[in-house]
Amino acid sequence: MLTIKNLEASIEGKQILKGLNLEIKPGEVHAIMGPNGSGKSTLASVLAGREDYEVTGGSVTFNDQDLLEMPAEERAREGLFLAFQYPVEIPGVSNMNFLKAAVGEIRKHKGLEPLSAKDFLKLVKEKSALVELDGQLANRAVNEGFSGGEKKRNEIFQMAMLEPSLAILDETDSGLDIDALRIVSEGVNALRSPERSFVVITHYQRLLDYIVPDFVHVLYKGKIVKSGTKELALELEERGYDWIKEETAQAGA
Amino acid sequence: MEATVTITAKDKFLALVEQHEKLPHVVGARKVLSQLDMPNTRMEDWRYTRTGKIGTEDWKMATSKTNPDISSFLIPGLEAKHLVIVDGQYREDLSELKNLVGISIETTTLVNDEQHQYQHFFEALGAALITTRIQVDIAPHVEIKDKLHIIHVTTEHQVLSQPYITIDAGKSSKAHFVESFVSIGEHHAFTNRTLRIQVAENASFTLDKIQSETDAHYLMNEDRIHVAGDGRFTINTLTIDGGWVRNNLHISFGGQNAEANLHGIYLPRKKQHIDNHTLVDHRVPHCNSNELYKGLLNDHATGVFNGKVYVQPNAQKTNAFQSNANILLSDDAQMNTKPELEIYADDVKCSHGTTTGQLDEDALFYLKARGLGEESARRLLTSAFINDVLDKVENDNIRNYVVSQLITRELLIA
Repeated sequence: MLTIKNLEASIEGKQILKGLNLEIKPGEVHAIMGPNGSGKSTLASVLAGREDYEVTGGSVTFNDQDLLEMPAEERAREGLFLAFQYPVEIPGVSNMNFLKAAVGEIRKHKGLEPLSAKDFLKLVKEKSALVELDGQLANRAVNEGFSGGEKKRNEIFQMAMLEPSLAILDETDSGLDIDALRIVSEGVNALRSPERSFVVITHYQRLLDYIVPDFVHVLYKGKIVKSGTKELALELEERGYDWIKEETAQAGA
Repeated sequence: MEATVTITAKDKFLALVEQHEKLPHVVGARKVLSQLDMPNTRMEDWRYTRTGKIGTEDWKMATSKTNPDISSFLIPGLEAKHLVIVDGQYREDLSELKNLVGISIETTTLVNDEQHQYQHFFEALGAALITTRIQVDIAPHVEIKDKLHIIHVTTEHQVLSQPYITIDAGKSSKAHFVESFVSIGEHHAFTNRTLRIQVAENASFTLDKIQSETDAHYLMNEDRIHVAGDGRFTINTLTIDGGWVRNNLHISFGGQNAEANLHGIYLPRKKQHIDNHTLVDHRVPHCNSNELYKGLLNDHATGVFNGKVYVQPNAQKTNAFQSNANILLSDDAQMNTKPELEIYADDVKCSHGTTTGQLDEDALFYLKARGLGEESARRLLTSAFINDVLDKVENDNIRNYVVSQLITRELLIA
């Protein structure tokens, strides 16, 4: 589904990703962990198509297409979804109008008829229940005045509405209390399927108790330096990142 | 040696006034006109608005009587009577004013301006050479059912239109007027329209002003509003299009518990220039003013907002709020904005805020990351930006009419 080869990327002349490799197959959940500043959010932004980042090397193939050639909206229409670490507040734009436009674009891209108003509302009701999002929030302006937890739930709600084939969750657990974490995770788990893959970027093992990954990768200094199964996350939780840093230093020396 | 004689723009205007001495005019204005200079950027009130190009044209009075089809300028679904002014001339034959209960319209009433201080050349010019004089009286204690729609159309090349309109809204009356400025064709025109409104005690008067002229037009609006005690005045100035637009809006309160609401949007593009100068004069206690202007500027357009609010020493318990926000849609667009609050009373609530920025890049990316294309993402954001001003237009038909024009302008989403 997604193949990243030797990906290099920089922002404002500073190189962040320095040859990253990752292979994701349909239905898999990959967790990406790593110390601050290792390039986790850069990876999410580059995959979603944020133009502030310059890709200086490598390739990314998504469903046999060159992902890096596509503008952000094209990636979304092809089935890539980024749940933002910091969802943007957009005053004056109602959540509903925004979602209607987004669902419309994605359906059009898939060659599907637009949803009737009735079917759209039905879908909203069904999917917002998944993350226990109050119907009132759906009618408000996008993320405006939402609490941290509501914003993250809104991200998962949007994901449920847009039904992507690959979802990248960028520190979706940050700023969530235990209840919100549970709700968000259950929402994600309900969307797991053999065709849908996830990249879960997180600092904490805690989230992975809820969203159990198939693979765990450690990103450090712009590269994946260690990969394993969910046990690796537990080991990181216990030992921290220093041993990884040392291993990497020795390997480099 | 021969002396060179330069004919200035002012000379040309003075000559025009002289040629048409029989046209209606205000005596005082004719007297002071020659003493005033053409507005120029050395004058504080005209610092960012150039008038030079107005002076290069050879303006004239309408020479022929054209019969434009005004049906396309009517607002669909709106229950309104219309008063049509073509090239500055009132056209009874094109107007539809039958059964207008509670309103009387006169075209001959004289104006007394002995007390009036003319602020600038164009204001005096508009009174010194009136192309159409209209006096509207709204009967006291009447709520006018129909809207009155005043339509200014220009059709002729280089025509100078100077309608002079006065409205007296009687005690406890309630009325809603619409005024639109349109043109047929790409000819050059200069419309210098004077409007004076007296809102009597406990009266309520609303004016929706829709300006959508073409690039070769100059439009000067001089609006002077006086609101008596318990009176309420609302104006929505919606500048959709026009090469050069200057709106001077002066509102003063004459009695306690009066209210003024002034809202506006301006959306200049190409090389258009749109200037809103507003003044709210709180002279008496217990009055409220709410001001909200928003601009979206594209291409090489320039905009000006200057909002003066005076709170005089005895105007205690004044509430005066002002806000101006702008988005520059291109690197070459320019906005000059200046709030000017002068507060001489100590027990008041006043605020002002002004912002000028670009479309929020993070919001744009967020929308694109959900599958919206660049254009629709931009339009969703520009719509959101001006929607709170459009919501101030209470009548659905009028708002829909403006929205449909903005959709055509590709500024709003359908």
